[in-house]
Amino acid sequence: MKTKVAIIGGGIVGASIARVLSKYENLEVHLIEKEADVGWGVSKANTALIHGGYDDDPDKYPMRAKLCIKGNRLWHQWVKELEIPHIWNGALIVALKDEDFDELERLLERGQRNGVPEMRIIDREELFHLEPNVNPNALGALWVPIVGQIGSIPAVIAIVENAVANGVKVHLETEVRGIKVENGEVKGVETNNGFIEADIVINAAGLYADEISKIAGIDYFEIHPRKGEYWIFDEGIPGPNHVLFPTPTPISKGVVVTTEISGHLMIGPNAQDLPKDYKDDTSTTREGLEEVWQKAQEIWPNLPPRWKVIRTFAGLRPEPTGGDFIIKAEEEVQGFINVAGIRSPGLTSAPAIGYEVRDIIERDLGIKLKEKEKWNPYRKEITHFFMLQPNQINELVKKNPAYGRIVCRCNKVSEGDVLEAIERMKFIGVKTPSVDSVKFRTKATTGTCQGSFCKVVIINLLAREYGIPPWKVTLKGKGSEIGIGDVKVLLRGEAQ
Amino acid sequence: MNSTMLQYDVVVIGGGPAGLAAAVKAREYGLNVLLLDENDYLGGILPQCIHPGFGIHYFREELTGPEFSHRFVQRVKDLKIDYFVKARVLEIKNYSDLEKIVVFTSPEGAFEVWTKAIIYATGARERHAFEIGIVGDRVAGIYTAGEAQTLMDIYGVMPGKEVVIVGSGDVGLIMARRFALEGAKVKAVIELMPYPGGLARNVMILRDFNIPLYLSHKVVEVRGKKRVEKVKVVKVDENLREIPGTEFWIECDTIIISAGLIPQVKLLTDIGVEIDPATGGPVVNDLLETTVPGIFVAGNSLLINDLVDYVAEQGELAAYGAKLFIENGGIPAEKWIKLEKGNNIRLAVPHYLSGKRDVYIYVRVKKPMENVVLNFPEIDKKIRLPVVRPAEMLRIRLRKEEIAKAKDKITIEVIQQ
Repeated sequence: MKTKVAIIGGGIVGASIARVLSKYENLEVHLIEKEADVGWGVSKANTALIHGGYDDDPDKYPMRAKLCIKGNRLWHQWVKELEIPHIWNGALIVALKDEDFDELERLLERGQRNGVPEMRIIDREELFHLEPNVNPNALGALWVPIVGQIGSIPAVIAIVENAVANGVKVHLETEVRGIKVENGEVKGVETNNGFIEADIVINAAGLYADEISKIAGIDYFEIHPRKGEYWIFDEGIPGPNHVLFPTPTPISKGVVVTTEISGHLMIGPNAQDLPKDYKDDTSTTREGLEEVWQKAQEIWPNLPPRWKVIRTFAGLRPEPTGGDFIIKAEEEVQGFINVAGIRSPGLTSAPAIGYEVRDIIERDLGIKLKEKEKWNPYRKEITHFFMLQPNQINELVKKNPAYGRIVCRCNKVSEGDVLEAIERMKFIGVKTPSVDSVKFRTKATTGTCQGSFCKVVIINLLAREYGIPPWKVTLKGKGSEIGIGDVKVLLRGEAQ
Repeated sequence: MNSTMLQYDVVVIGGGPAGLAAAVKAREYGLNVLLLDENDYLGGILPQCIHPGFGIHYFREELTGPEFSHRFVQRVKDLKIDYFVKARVLEIKNYSDLEKIVVFTSPEGAFEVWTKAIIYATGARERHAFEIGIVGDRVAGIYTAGEAQTLMDIYGVMPGKEVVIVGSGDVGLIMARRFALEGAKVKAVIELMPYPGGLARNVMILRDFNIPLYLSHKVVEVRGKKRVEKVKVVKVDENLREIPGTEFWIECDTIIISAGLIPQVKLLTDIGVEIDPATGGPVVNDLLETTVPGIFVAGNSLLINDLVDYVAEQGELAAYGAKLFIENGGIPAEKWIKLEKGNNIRLAVPHYLSGKRDVYIYVRVKKPMENVVLNFPEIDKKIRLPVVRPAEMLRIRLRKEEIAKAKDKITIEVIQQ
């Protein structure tokens, strides 16, 4: 007899929980996501850092402090098993004023308390040796070698693919409308796609975790959105070798300057608290972007000219009441587990959150978990043409000519890569084809020209593979269709 | 790379009008030519330019884009020029003046081509919404003009029904007409500068279709949930600074960005070709040879042209350059005369003149002026013009005798009459 588990939210947290729970013979795991694909909420737009675990005060935020360092260590393993793009390049928290060293000392001490290895404060000379183009007035830095960067949506995709391979069922475009509770016990989840029976409901709904909790009858916290905006620059612009932070203030870790894993210089985020009902407001603003620019300049004075910007974006972090992660089995409703308020360092902590939830299921819900005899920890990364060695190209092209056809010029993404992405979309159950689904799997459309050449080619490939006309292909799910019909649709008077 | 090795005199990269003209001309000179293009078909951007206005200078008749390209593609086939479509050049290697390798991949495999000369004609790309500083929501319904043109005229897709066009360059204006002809409502064309960006004949489209043009205005923000719902427009002063309090919103479901083109020169900059910041394309001599000997450039990857006729002309000149280069084992060393930019000149190409041959120089002004003289003080040449506009590229012939009069430079300037 299997215990049925419904996880609400297909972001990095829900996906990580699903992967961990997929190890157990006696669980039947369902992952429920309202968007057309996984990872499109909070996981989509963030700094993509694997933090060091030094900035969360274990007295104030014990969950964050505990899970961040644990998550960091787990990511070292997960990126290998799942072939997730990553770099372990370390962070420098830069001191610009003498007083900053007091804060760096505090961080060092806290880091040591949290179990962060190999941290130390370095002087000016060593800082400039590591990072020659940092603000020439910098005085030194805190050096945290275990910090890294990953592709955050590629990570969600990788984890979900692996979870599905291990038996997890994914329900996309499935919005939770209600949670059925009988005699204080959860019985399942009501959705726009019908009822999903469940003995355990895990709320990993990101920005909407407070609303999901409320639906289950538990109402002691709120989530409000905190917006962060970013700039990304064209390739070929020299960025830092490490993740550069300013010395933090009580409210923020500050604007980061980094070379993100695709090699583009990226700056951001700022932190702007939005009203509670602005949970879908990921618009960029002039003021926010300006703020980021000014602050980034403080540690990285040589920002490129504005016309070298290829994208600006904004993401939202779910800020919970109290500030710490809320991860617990709720006693009032048996079988309901909140995993809420997973703000920064949520991406870092996600694998550790997965294990935390497993422990809660065993310890608090009293379910004895039985490991599968054959659980597959591995997942193969999609073919990336741009990563192929010259001798591999011809072998691959001989087998499948689509790999010889470059679709995205800027990032050298082949038609073969795109077709593989579409196959994998179908594997996890993507029903509505979107350019974004291909983009997050292949990196097509993310280069200098932002897709002005390849988007149309990708649309046509999606249309062909999904058997629909090209105008029904979407940019990012239902409501974002590429067109309104064939080119004569208005003249025939048929468009709504 | 385990790849098939090929050998040619000239490799032409890019099968648009510049590359086609170059390949045909080079073949006519008796050179062994390979033409590479990454699209499914030859012709570059022309097959989607279904409006007329092509070829008036070159063929002395008015053609559409597909008709213009068809004539060249037919020549390529008649002359049995080797070509690959769906072929993407990954790298150019420059071993010595007459030994270069072009590495490309295609569905037929990966190839390395030994060649003596390269004609680079990869065209331009369009500036997109992020480059022009538009903020707000990143939603469906935002297209570059070329993207919308590909969707409508190659794939038969109607992008939307209420359209705001950002930028009054030729592509934007032509797309305004295209949308109007298919029954869409074009609600406005928004132009940052105080004058239209396109050729006069294309600006007429706005009157023909009753489309409002907002000069000295700027789109600053896009809002929408899944798809564009409205755009925020603001007026700018003579220094292009936004004037507070002049903001207004236009409701629409589609935004077309037509904010200028940028030459695509990535493969050239990778091997150290010098770029002119004014054109965005390479620095060239009067045979359109770049600063790397034996690499020639033509068309929109050299500079952004108004007319396809000039593009074809540049392709043919580059082919002539490649022929001389191969015959002589390099372009014979010259005492190059530099073309200098004087008053109100934004760009001037080519950058260096030999004085051994007549040349066409291509010039754009910075701002419109009336009743002017185009002056070349060092060679005592003056051309009277009723009007000059940034949107209209000037093409001026300098005779070799005229050029020879200069010592080391020829300045070109616009002066009020």
